[in-house]
Amino acid sequence: MSKTLLKLDSVCTDIAQYHILHGVSLEIPEGGVHVLLGRNGAGKTSTLRTIMGLWQARDGSIRFRGEEISREHTSDIARRGIAYVPENMGIFGGLTVEENMRLATHKGQFDRQRLSRVHAQFPAMEKFWTKQAWSLSGGQKQMLAIARAMIEKRDLILIDEPTKGLAPAIILSMVDAFREIAQETTILLVEQNFLFAKSLGQTVAVIDDGRIVHTGTMAALAQDSDLQTRLLSLSLDSHQ
Amino acid sequence: MGELKNTAASSSARVVRLFVYGLIGLIGIGLFLAPMLFPDIRSQEVAARICIFIVLVASYDLLIGYTGIVSFAHTMFFGIGAYGTAIALKQMGPGWDAILVGGSAGLAVSFVLAALVGLLSLRVKAIFFAMVTLAAASVMAVMASQFSDFTGGEDGIIYKTPRLFSSATKLLTDENGKVLRIFGVKANGKTAAYYFVFFGSLVLYFVMLRIVASPLGTVLKAIRENEMRAEALGYKVVLYRTAIFCIAAVIAACAGILRAIWLKYTGPETTLSFAIMIDILLMVVIGGMGTLYGAIIGATLMSLGQFYLKDLMQAASEATAGLPLIPDLLDPDRWLLWLGLVFVLLVYFFPAGIVGTLTRKEANA
Repeated sequence: MSKTLLKLDSVCTDIAQYHILHGVSLEIPEGGVHVLLGRNGAGKTSTLRTIMGLWQARDGSIRFRGEEISREHTSDIARRGIAYVPENMGIFGGLTVEENMRLATHKGQFDRQRLSRVHAQFPAMEKFWTKQAWSLSGGQKQMLAIARAMIEKRDLILIDEPTKGLAPAIILSMVDAFREIAQETTILLVEQNFLFAKSLGQTVAVIDDGRIVHTGTMAALAQDSDLQTRLLSLSLDSHQ
Repeated sequence: MGELKNTAASSSARVVRLFVYGLIGLIGIGLFLAPMLFPDIRSQEVAARICIFIVLVASYDLLIGYTGIVSFAHTMFFGIGAYGTAIALKQMGPGWDAILVGGSAGLAVSFVLAALVGLLSLRVKAIFFAMVTLAAASVMAVMASQFSDFTGGEDGIIYKTPRLFSSATKLLTDENGKVLRIFGVKANGKTAAYYFVFFGSLVLYFVMLRIVASPLGTVLKAIRENEMRAEALGYKVVLYRTAIFCIAAVIAACAGILRAIWLKYTGPETTLSFAIMIDILLMVVIGGMGTLYGAIIGATLMSLGQFYLKDLMQAASEATAGLPLIPDLLDPDRWLLWLGLVFVLLVYFFPAGIVGTLTRKEANA
């Protein structure tokens, strides 16, 4: 059993007068891809944003490698080795592809070996290296967001719905990219596309109404269509 | 067909780039040769003002254009640099030591004030920060007016600069002991003062170019685009914003030192007035925010307009004397109206400023 990398214990988050997370408890082991599933508005993105410090947890604890981070500033959390790829990709449109990538590097210097690997994984990034990011297509922007998370060694990458609005061919290429990233990094993936999540995930947690309602292995959930229907109102059979 | 389109687009992008660089090169050569091309005192005055305002506008662009910080305190730092130098020259006499002491004091005060204002206020929303800087600039203007024993109050201070910059100083002489003329320009202290301002501005401008091309410049642009995303990448936004606020303040103070040395007079109207702040804003808008090259074009066009539009209208009014209505419309007294009209047209046709709009077209090509 690998040791725990991230542990959320009874995390509550409010946005203005709304209570969004009502005591989320979750353990993410080191290594591999771990998926957080849930319906729209269940609290998936809020969980990632709370881990990242973009929304302050009102109550509860978030421990990363055993250290409390729930009161830390977002930039300090990022410096601990946690990267965040938000749903809207989080790229800087007015900056070039190179500048976007450089921002994610340590002290603005590229590790040549890693850069070559990123270029091999996403050839479009090399092709549009000096182009401004706003001029990229939706899929290329998503690739840039993921390439940015790959350009430095991270301990944990939080990825929010990377396949949203993308063509099936691009989603397929992303599966390969995520598998490669997962060889050296832990990924916490929020995803609506069950097939995509199933092809990558080792463990799964299901969130509903701001609470974790199920945790287990992805394989177990994928085989249990009753559980899928009960938890997610979907059946994997219908996707096959 | 697509390839043909791409070739046409890239050649039009090349034309745009050539035009922008050509215009900037022309202005640079014009300023370098200003004492030879335009030897009269007024033209030199305009050329020196353009040099100083290029630095002032570019340093303001580091804030508003590159980082998205709206500040009204830029003239305050400009004034602190100028007053520091002016007070030292008045009290200590016209020596380089006075410039060194007064200038250094101006830079130090600017840096400390900027760090304090930045750390205390850059956490709040942009509009509140703008109000804080407006209040700080107003307090400084009142102080300059009230502490008249040091600052000369509303009248300002007149002082002498080092002998090298005196008009009577002969840098080179001919066999008769008269001041030598090089390409028609007297090799005297006035010319030395102009080149001190020109090269001082050039060095400061290159420092700013270096800053925006450095990793710091990239972080600033990222902060301008989206603070939260920059934070999520591990950048402490408040520290970066405070750092660039301090850098811009120190550069503005350096521009103030050059202004004080050139004018040999420092008063509220030449350094601290809100009218100068508005000029800076207009120059940034005309040139284009977030493009340091825009500062060159904005400062040049605006300064030329302020100094020569009246003369141009006088000539046009006289040339059209026989026509109805037009001479009245072109009356030199209406110069501000025409300057305003030109500004409206520029904003209409170049919504992102001249350099900003042209380079955006280039990026789209």
